[in-house]
Amino acid sequence: MIDAVTNLGRYFIEVLRQYGKAGILLFRVILTAPNFRKGFPLLIQQIYAEGVLSFIIIVMSGLFIGMVVALQGYHTLVKFGASAELGPLVALSVVRELGPVVTAILFAGRAGSALTAEIGLMKATEQLSSMEMMAVDPLKRIISPRLWAGFISMPLLTLIFDTVAIYGAYLVGVKWLGLDAGAFWSNMQSSVDFNADILNGIYKSIVFGLVVAWIALHQGYDAEPTSAGIALATTRTVVYSSLAVLGLDFVLTAMMIGGW
Amino acid sequence: MLSQRTIETVVGCFLLIAIAAFIILAFKVSGLTSFFKADGYSITADFDDIGQLKIRAPVKMGGVSIGEVSQIILDPKTYRAEVTLRINAVDANIPDDSSASILTAGLLGDNYIAITPMYSQTYLKQGSQITETHSAMILEKLIGQFLFKIGNMGNEQSNQSNQSNEEAKPQ
Repeated sequence: MIDAVTNLGRYFIEVLRQYGKAGILLFRVILTAPNFRKGFPLLIQQIYAEGVLSFIIIVMSGLFIGMVVALQGYHTLVKFGASAELGPLVALSVVRELGPVVTAILFAGRAGSALTAEIGLMKATEQLSSMEMMAVDPLKRIISPRLWAGFISMPLLTLIFDTVAIYGAYLVGVKWLGLDAGAFWSNMQSSVDFNADILNGIYKSIVFGLVVAWIALHQGYDAEPTSAGIALATTRTVVYSSLAVLGLDFVLTAMMIGGW
Repeated sequence: MLSQRTIETVVGCFLLIAIAAFIILAFKVSGLTSFFKADGYSITADFDDIGQLKIRAPVKMGGVSIGEVSQIILDPKTYRAEVTLRINAVDANIPDDSSASILTAGLLGDNYIAITPMYSQTYLKQGSQITETHSAMILEKLIGQFLFKIGNMGNEQSNQSNQSNEEAKPQ
């Protein structure tokens, strides 16, 4: 009986310690003064690794999601004789919700897992400790550019996803199902607001980018330095960051909904 | 491993694509025009009751959209709603004796402001006020009036028939 309580307490303290470590990692990365001359090339390399290499998957999934939302929405709207409202339906659902959330989940699977595996392997092969031996701070050299790259890449990928998805819907709605192109765009423009919809979607994606990169880096930095440990850490990255994205999405939406 | 120069070029292209996507979202999807087009002017109109009128509702003249509602505040002294209308179309000259009314697009549609032009030769300018206004039709009030009328009509008819009966008796 006492053992069970002790185990529970130990587990809880371990969970808190994990949160504490993750918080310290984030604060040390954000609060260290950046060295632009040395840090900028590293940042560019990481934007390439996280952003540019995710480009194809984001474009493809954006296209298909836009197309399928248009197809589903059309068949429901046409029952009410409101098929001209397809543009607003697709644009609002993509810009407000699907764009940031789907991009963040794909980003967690494509870039976040790679980050965790890379840093976990660096830790397992003791590259991080050898850097410390050479008086190179691994936080500045390894962690910080990766975190900022996630912070920068996510909104850019979300913008691309939104645009491609809306053109995918245009393809299905106007070119295939034969809606009027003018009604499609003008109804969209009259119901989508720049501040309330597009900028809020971008704010969401910035938060998601930071959170996904943070979870991935902490899991990698804290991984058990064995092959099983790295596998576990990579799995956890994808699971935790997807859950964090969906949960935060609800909170952020509830905070933003006043403007709608 | 790619050279640093190649990576920088590719990242530059990525940034350009993202910026192009942002511009498309801003102008083609949300129809943002207020950053550049500062021409146009604002006028105000006081209404007793604006119903469901919202900010960004269209302002129409002869069915053509010429602007939008930019601000709605309650006048603290008169307790009327002061609505600011942003007229975008510069060549839409509104005669200063025009009237503004709040109408509904269709049976369940959104409210909009319709401006009915009159015959004055002087036109509204930045900051002028439309004095002649008609409030929104509130469906509940209309139904209430209608029911009240129906009730009265029944009474009148029964009164009339009683009277005619009374008139008929003496003969």
